[in-house]
Amino acid sequence: MSVIPVSWYLVLSAILFGLGVVAFVFKRNVITIFMSIELMLNAVNLAFVAFARALNQLDGLVFVFFVIVVAAAEAAVGLAIVIMLAQNRQSLSVERVNLLKF
Amino acid sequence: MPILDHLWIILALPLAGAAINGLFGKRWPQSAVNSVAVGSVTLAFLAVAELVREFALLSPDQIPFIGSYFTWMVAGSFKVDFALQVDQLTVVMLLTVSFVGMLIHIYSTGYMAHEGGYYRFFSYLNLFMFFMLTLVMAANLIVMFVGWEGVGLCSYLLIGFWFLKKSAADAGKKAFIVTRIGDFGFTVGVLLVFATFGSIDFGTIFKAVASNPISEVTLTTICILLFTGAIGKSAQLPLYVWLPDAMEGPTPVSALIHAATMVTAGVYMVARMNPLFSRAPIAMLVVAIVGAVTAFYSATIGLVQTDIKKVLAYSTVSQLGYMFLGCGVGSYAAGIFHLMTHAFFKGLLFLAAGSVIHAMGGEQDMMKMGGLRAKIPVTFWTMLIATLAIVGIPGFAGFFSKDAILEAAQSGPHANLPLWLLGTAGVALTSFYMFRLAFLTFFGKPRYDEHKVHVHESPKNMTIPLVILAFFSIFGGWFAAPKLVGGIDYFEKFLAPVFSAYAPPMAEPAVLIGEPHVSPLMNLVRQTLGWPALAAVLGFLAAWWLYIKSPETPKRWAQSVRGLYLLLLNKYYVDEIYAALIVRPLLWISTNVLWHGVDEGVIDGVVNGSARVARASGSQFRKLQSGNMRSYAAWVLIGAVGFTVLLIALYVRVVH
Repeated sequence: MSVIPVSWYLVLSAILFGLGVVAFVFKRNVITIFMSIELMLNAVNLAFVAFARALNQLDGLVFVFFVIVVAAAEAAVGLAIVIMLAQNRQSLSVERVNLLKF
Repeated sequence: MPILDHLWIILALPLAGAAINGLFGKRWPQSAVNSVAVGSVTLAFLAVAELVREFALLSPDQIPFIGSYFTWMVAGSFKVDFALQVDQLTVVMLLTVSFVGMLIHIYSTGYMAHEGGYYRFFSYLNLFMFFMLTLVMAANLIVMFVGWEGVGLCSYLLIGFWFLKKSAADAGKKAFIVTRIGDFGFTVGVLLVFATFGSIDFGTIFKAVASNPISEVTLTTICILLFTGAIGKSAQLPLYVWLPDAMEGPTPVSALIHAATMVTAGVYMVARMNPLFSRAPIAMLVVAIVGAVTAFYSATIGLVQTDIKKVLAYSTVSQLGYMFLGCGVGSYAAGIFHLMTHAFFKGLLFLAAGSVIHAMGGEQDMMKMGGLRAKIPVTFWTMLIATLAIVGIPGFAGFFSKDAILEAAQSGPHANLPLWLLGTAGVALTSFYMFRLAFLTFFGKPRYDEHKVHVHESPKNMTIPLVILAFFSIFGGWFAAPKLVGGIDYFEKFLAPVFSAYAPPMAEPAVLIGEPHVSPLMNLVRQTLGWPALAAVLGFLAAWWLYIKSPETPKRWAQSVRGLYLLLLNKYYVDEIYAALIVRPLLWISTNVLWHGVDEGVIDGVVNGSARVARASGSQFRKLQSGNMRSYAAWVLIGAVGFTVLLIALYVRVVH
């Protein structure tokens, strides 16, 4: 059984991360932006796991756990903000949220 | 030896008085302020008296007696102890300062009784006593410098005592700044002393200069720099201009600080540093020339002044010149002798003038006085005694001291005939302006409105100091009296150890003895009826003729030699010349270059400019915060891309 080379994982990770970035910049719906952030985080997780496996070290795995924990916390706070936003603005578009400026 | 072991007590007493009055005196009645101020100075005087008693018991090898209290500062080999010393010179100065100071404190309780800021006045006056005593007791140049600057500070505070009056505030500043010019030289001199001798202790310096040959150039430089300080402090040419203006202060201040004690600090310093000066003949000559020229020059200004205190001020400058002449021709004892007698009679003259001003209700112009003799008899008689003393009438204190100076200038080891001539001519001028003052004030017809001015004798606490000082103006010089009949000048003999201990080897022992082969009576006649006495009589006759016999003549003369008269009246326009040459250019440079150019242009420019840059850039950069979340995301993306590109570029560079 042949082993899948680590570069494949990295390419997949880069593609997922790129998709996340593009969605983050161009989407207006705050839920979608949120999801694109999760996508970027998981793309990075994939790269970590791939490296950990390839180099036979645990460090990358530890990082992944941290990322998952932080992402969970972020989801809790972020979704709460999204709910408040939806209640106050009757909309999920970030274009409508622009009061904090010069 | 209770006081000798605790020399600091003499300093602590007036300092405590100053602190107590300064801190609490504001809420106290005048009587309480009086008792603190006069009490502390009187106790200091008693302590000095006890000190003298103990000093007399010391054996010669214990003198100078040094009391070192703590090490003040150490920096490498530079070490300053807070050390006080007592030798014969210190004793003379201590007695003079504390005694005259005490009398003037008592006098002030009467003179200042109706003035505001009563506690403030006495606090300053006590503080002055503290610094002056520090100055004369110092055992090294740095402690002396503390006293030196301290008396300058008190002088400033007291000249500007009525600080709401602009002329008084200006006079205070002038005194402070002009003396500071001299003090700069003094400071450099002290540094040079340390650089040359490696110490600033008097004893160490004197031993070093007596045992090791030091180049004369160095010694001359040191002495001239130190003398610069004396020129400023003791109001000699060309830095004398502050002293006449200092008369803006209350009259007791003029008497104590600007006649009797502080201004003589320069003479004291020169006498104290005599081992150095004696080895620098050029510096000695400079001291003598400055002294003699000042003595003559300021006497000429005194001839025509009409403000009673101004006449006395120029007279003080002139008498200080005599003291320096005495030091400069090598007779330090004569200089110090004149310092002491001058403290008595000039202190008395100022206090009596204050009493006159008091009697006249504040009038200082002699042209508006006249005929006061009968109305204020105590003031008149005491002032007459002081006048006779300053003029040098045989028998009065000033005669002995001034005669000693002129004798040293005529026939001493550093005799200098032109300077003797200047000094003797100065005696005639002194005699003229002093009798002119007396005649204008006390004789003739009243020139004031007798209905408006109620002339009255001053209260007891003012007249008693006058009487005591009058006593010393007569007898204060009698230490030298035996010399008149071929005996010893006891004052000179007393001070001789100070001035001969480290004297250069070729100098003769400084005790002058009258010519032994002449009979005592002949000696008496010779000593009293010399040129100075003749000059004094000439001055008296001129004053009598011009102001009693034919009082119209001065006005006619003022018209006929108008140019000279105005030159003298306007004090040779020295203030104007200084204003044109120094003050105005300085003001112009300060205003146009330093203020508008450097301060506003460069310093403010840098500060304001950086603020303006921050504002301008900030007002542009703040637009980045648009509130639009997707634009923030774009910035993050751009940053991440830029960073990645940078990393790759660096990686490429490292690899290749």
